[in-house]
Amino acid sequence: MTVQWKKDVDAALVEARSSGRHLLLDFNAAPL
Amino acid sequence: MKVHIKEQPETFKRFGVQWTPVLVVLDPDGREQHQWEGFLPADEYIGQLELALAKSAFAKEAWPEAERLFREVATKHADADYAPLAVYYAGVSRYKAGDQGALAATGRELQERYPGSSWARKSSVWLPAEPGSDATR
Repeated sequence: MTVQWKKDVDAALVEARSSGRHLLLDFNAAPL
Repeated sequence: MKVHIKEQPETFKRFGVQWTPVLVVLDPDGREQHQWEGFLPADEYIGQLELALAKSAFAKEAWPEAERLFREVATKHADADYAPLAVYYAGVSRYKAGDQGALAATGRELQERYPGSSWARKSSVWLPAEPGSDATR
């Protein structure tokens, strides 16, 4: 299964609120 | 969502993150419910996510749901370092739901299953005082 990671935190917060789902933030410094 | 230090340093500051990897779980209202640091095996990673949902139910004062979720974490991830915490809060949730005997039972469970843990020490105050101890004088 491929995870569709989002990158806009404010958009993700809005989506979490409207969908009633939790939001996972993965802070990382892995090589780009 | 992914937050990379080189792409979104402002988001690191916004959430007070100073090291990586850090995983933060927010509830639907944007309130932080749980975070952990460092790489984990997949099973423990899933356990952390489940723990976040249990904490979120606890924060909502949904006591039966919180107890069930904490108990699931404690059962499915019994060897994880967060398992005693899950047992502790399963007991607190049960107490909050109205079971007056839940704390003492939880204290006994922690003494038996995780005797060296900080959660066993924290819950020791819930155990009935032994005859002759300072607490009974």
